[in-house]
Amino acid sequence: MTEQQSIWVFIEHTDGQVADVSLELTGKARDLAGQLGYEVVGLLCGHGVEEMARDVIRHGADRVLLADHPELAYYRTLPYARVAITEARRRRPEIFLVGGTPNGRDFAPRVASALRCGLTADCTDLQIGDYYLRRQDATFRNLLYQIRPAFGGNLVATIVNPTTRPQMATVREGVMRMPAADASRTGVVEAVTPEFEPGDFALEVLSRQVRHATVKLKDAPVIVSGGAGITSAEEFALLRDLANLLGGEVGASRAAVDAGLIGREFQVGQTGTTVRPRLYIAAGISGAIQHRAGMDQSSKIIAINTDPNAPMFQVAHYRIVGDAAEVVPMIIEALRERSMDQRAAE
Amino acid sequence: MTDSRPIDSVVLAKQVPDTHNITGDAMTKDGTMNRNALSAIFNPEDLNALEMAVQIRERHGGTVTVITMGPPKAAGILREALWRGADRVILLTDRRFAGADTLATSLVLQKAIEKIGRYDLVLAGRQAIDGDTAQVGPQTAEKLGIPQITYAEAVLEIADGRITAQRALDSGTEIVRCEMPCLLTVVGSANTPRPPSVRRQIAGKLAATPGEYAALRAKWPEFETDAALEAHLDAHGLRIPVWTADDIGASAEAIGLAGSPTQVHKINFVVLESTESKTVPPTPEAIAAMVAELVHEYIVG
Ligand SMILES: Cc1cc2nc3c(=O)[nH]c(=O)nc-3n(C[C@H](O)[C@H](O)[C@H](O)COP(=O)(O)OP(=O)(O)OC[C@H]3O[C@@H](n4cnc5c(N)ncnc54)[C@H](O)[C@@H]3O)c2cc1C
Repeated sequence: MTEQQSIWVFIEHTDGQVADVSLELTGKARDLAGQLGYEVVGLLCGHGVEEMARDVIRHGADRVLLADHPELAYYRTLPYARVAITEARRRRPEIFLVGGTPNGRDFAPRVASALRCGLTADCTDLQIGDYYLRRQDATFRNLLYQIRPAFGGNLVATIVNPTTRPQMATVREGVMRMPAADASRTGVVEAVTPEFEPGDFALEVLSRQVRHATVKLKDAPVIVSGGAGITSAEEFALLRDLANLLGGEVGASRAAVDAGLIGREFQVGQTGTTVRPRLYIAAGISGAIQHRAGMDQSSKIIAINTDPNAPMFQVAHYRIVGDAAEVVPMIIEALRERSMDQRAAE
Repeated sequence: MTDSRPIDSVVLAKQVPDTHNITGDAMTKDGTMNRNALSAIFNPEDLNALEMAVQIRERHGGTVTVITMGPPKAAGILREALWRGADRVILLTDRRFAGADTLATSLVLQKAIEKIGRYDLVLAGRQAIDGDTAQVGPQTAEKLGIPQITYAEAVLEIADGRITAQRALDSGTEIVRCEMPCLLTVVGSANTPRPPSVRRQIAGKLAATPGEYAALRAKWPEFETDAALEAHLDAHGLRIPVWTADDIGASAEAIGLAGSPTQVHKINFVVLESTESKTVPPTPEAIAAMVAELVHEYIVG
């Protein structure tokens, strides 16, 4: 048992690979721990996963708590939560970060509820700072600032958990930058023995059908996204044509996803994926803060919108006031002509 | 082989601002939202949870009870729930519930479900559109001490005290079997919620909480006193019960703002610093010039 204060990261993995988001959070935890003099601890549950512990250390962890057990081979809520709850009660981490993945969003609230601690979903930034609580006339030092867009427009809220521990937060993939692996980093791999209770096995997985991720939005050099201004499947197909021509991917706002124009895995933004492509084309997207949070670090942004006052225009490098259904074909046409000219020149 | 035993379900629902239909009026000039201009709706995925519960009842018998924690006007979605097939609805409302984060909310839901007593399944939407947190379902399950099946897309079988369900994950699907009672969070792809039934709408037109009696009597002057109205509602099973913190035995320090470990430290207005930008007219020539510039800057290959 350590006396040292710690920041924990829940380490997810599939097919023997640590999830990117877990390594991104390990890197962020390293930054925060550096400011505080804390230890970074990865919580790794699985079976035959010791090799992954090294990877977590290379990305910034000082210690990996390794629960290796056949019952932990695949993620299941109760056995995984049991390990986290038992160890967190014993070791009292200050901060506990979890990836905003389907499993992470299943795990984190279960654990937070058991520990009776605060949990903030889908943070877009994490910082350290102080908080004055008037009710108790007390200042809490070095709290985790959990920053996320607030409902209600161009607003960002800073959430704190002054009195409960750990301070828990989920963060989506791509929000934090992937740290460079440092092969010379050393750390401790500490085995922990799961202390299951009979009720932990109330759920059994009968079968799993894995569909390999077809979209890797995060890695696309160019993204052409459509929003509520795109109203038909045919119009959306134009965006796909443009994305193909540019060697990129299509993306979408939540409104376009909700309208059924495209799958949820294409959603860009606070509760979708955060992207930083070379070029981001936003067609018929107003530019709500939750959407911008996931794309405003793109190198170049083209906004196409019929409304000259759309907030998206304020973050765009190229502003095209017009109907996306007309403008997108013009871009396609211009690209086709260029490639024809090029071929003619060769 | 299916169970002949009836299944009692409790559905958790939330009234949310309709973020899908934000009209021009709802956005002020500085980019904040005028909440009052947004209409309040039944959270979409909670409708999927209700539909799943109603389908289970149609197959196995049993009951569907819908509960919501919210302000008095949240009674609106409970009426809608009755019209869409719920047998019974309960409004959890109390000033002291206000300002609750997901943890404090789940405590109120736990206490209410325990007061209801007998249940086989608790169903909730995966997440609410005003927060997208997806936390209240799992937190309620943990407090009840029951397992959870998140992202449920289909119920395949209910037999021998266990439910078999299909889960929709980003990475594919999973079929799980779980002991009941358990809690399901339901995704939008699970089903198409049935519209409110006209028959039920007519029968349940007057469904109301005691707080709504005055407004109701203004429309229906034949009820001369609240007592007369209440007697009528009770006779037809139309009184929407209201449970307060005291009714469910929730202590003041565990609910609302006081029971919420997360606190809002500050809210900042985001000032958009306009980037250096070019206005490109929507003409083929101007767009070709833009493309040429992007090629020149190696943005486009
Ligand atoms: C908790 C929470 C999380 C959220 N997470 C996300 C997220 O991750 N990602 C996300 O995108 N949103 C998210 N949202 C929703 C977000 O607040 C906005 O509602 C959403 O981004 C709006 O999508 P939109 O811009 O496509 O639609 P709208 O805001 O309706 O905008 C449509 C735009 O299209 C323009 N338009 C109309 N016709 C045309 C045309 N013919 N040609 C060109 N332009 C046209 C209109 O002028 C308008 O600007 C979240 C909201 C909440 C509350």
